[in-house]
Amino acid sequence: MIELKNLSKQFETTDGSVEALRHINLTIQDGDVYGIIGMSGAGKSTLVRCINMLERPTEGTVLVNGRDMGSMSQKELRAMRRKITMIFQGFNLLMQRTCLNNIMLPLKLGGADKKQAEEKARELLELVGLPDKANSYPAQLSGGQQQRVAIARALVTEPDVLLCDEATSALDPKTTHAILELIRDINKKLGITVIVITHQMSVVQEVCNRVAILENGEVVEEGGVAEVFSNPRANATRNLIYPESADGGSVFPEGGQRVRVIFNGAVASREPLIAKMAVDCSILASILGASTRSVGDRAYGYMLLDIPGSPEDLAKAISYLSQTPDITVQVEAEYAAKEVDE
Amino acid sequence: MNFATAFTPERLQEAWDCLINEFPFAIWETLYSTLLATLFAVIIGLPLGVLLVTGEKKGIRPLPAGLMGFLNVLINLLRSIPFIILMVMIIPLTRAIVGTSLGTVASIVPLTIAAFPFIARLVESSLREVNPNIIETAQSMGASPLQIVMHVMLPESVPSLVTNITLAITTIMGYTAMSGAVGGGGLGKLALAYGYQRYRYAVLYLAVIVLVLITQIIQSFGTWLAARLDKRLKNK
Repeated sequence: MIELKNLSKQFETTDGSVEALRHINLTIQDGDVYGIIGMSGAGKSTLVRCINMLERPTEGTVLVNGRDMGSMSQKELRAMRRKITMIFQGFNLLMQRTCLNNIMLPLKLGGADKKQAEEKARELLELVGLPDKANSYPAQLSGGQQQRVAIARALVTEPDVLLCDEATSALDPKTTHAILELIRDINKKLGITVIVITHQMSVVQEVCNRVAILENGEVVEEGGVAEVFSNPRANATRNLIYPESADGGSVFPEGGQRVRVIFNGAVASREPLIAKMAVDCSILASILGASTRSVGDRAYGYMLLDIPGSPEDLAKAISYLSQTPDITVQVEAEYAAKEVDE
Repeated sequence: MNFATAFTPERLQEAWDCLINEFPFAIWETLYSTLLATLFAVIIGLPLGVLLVTGEKKGIRPLPAGLMGFLNVLINLLRSIPFIILMVMIIPLTRAIVGTSLGTVASIVPLTIAAFPFIARLVESSLREVNPNIIETAQSMGASPLQIVMHVMLPESVPSLVTNITLAITTIMGYTAMSGAVGGGGLGKLALAYGYQRYRYAVLYLAVIVLVLITQIIQSFGTWLAARLDKRLKNK
């Protein structure tokens, strides 16, 4: 279990001090795949570096299995870092060493026997699906393959926790998906707790079971992924989930009544929802935008609808749509605000 | 200099004899003083260059600011003294170490003193090229500062170090030629004492040509080796 208690971090710059993290309190249970999401500059990279003390917090404590990381000696800390390993956006492999040697490095640093280290490294190359790349150099590999090698390197010391700092941000969507699948596998098979730092909601959606949203160094929302997705409370969360609403929906015509239909695991496409509403209620909604993803046979995401007619029609549409299980309906914030003004 | 009298058939014959009789030993002297001085300068300069990077405020093992300041001033000071003056200035030191200030062996002392600050700066610049994220990654694995130097910084900068040491060797060879003016041996002595002072210009030119050739060979080899060692280049 990882506990962050009242964690704060200030950076001293020439323009004075900057508060990167403010009073962070989080608990990450063993076996979690925990997402920490935020825009650039929200402090997520600083936060993850405070966990393994690459950055020293200015205030507060980090407890890993009850042990205070901040008060450890250098030697204890180095030993601990073999159990809390990390992968990065830029992969950060040694470019002048073969993949095998890269993976063996953490064991060499720990003074392990060379033969055993090599055996273990080959095992991990197998696990990440690159058994034939032992003697290749990183420059000969694609980004996705390099990240696999980095993952193998991070797992070679048999850690309890894997920290992923924007580990898929430099990869294309397909490779991202494959790497996330690998991370999920590792979590399930090896029981390693994973902390995923990202700015992409899709990454959280795909692998995490819990998520914390970070904005300006503060946790603005925290909870189970499904729960946060279906009912985002903080503005930062909404901006991350519906990035296009951040620009005020200006691509759409002015006026009209807009609702956002959120699918939180609704059984997908068994019923033609919008068409049925047209038949049952005579409301001819137009779809202004949609972003849905199905996981198994369930739909996650949202659909933005324009509801013509009177406010009564709007109310009718909302109550009709809300009847479907696992669907929530919200009147669009901008529209609601406008109506109050008028 | 009179070109008409410098390259008469007799003079050219003389230069040819010199090439056969004197040059092989002079080349040998130039090479071994260059290489030994480079070796000693690397032995002192490499750790110093490492400290310049690791010891700074944001380095992996910060050292007291006073010590870093002292090292930087010392290096800059030695780098700013022209070699030919440095050589004369440290004659007492050379005597204390070698027993004499004359000859090829003695010239290795001032060559080393002149070259190690240069090497330290070159090593510093090579190590600064190492991707800082890789160093952070090593820290995240629990590597100690010494391990980071040995397992990450030095191996990752090998191609750059080879390029820079090649540069140092060619520069030091230039110094050995200068040392010919004040007691050193080798091609420099041949060019200055024999070619210049005794008006044997053909010998002077010949010595320069040989120096240029050796420099070319060393530089080409260094460039080739650095490229060969660099695993960042694909399709090898």
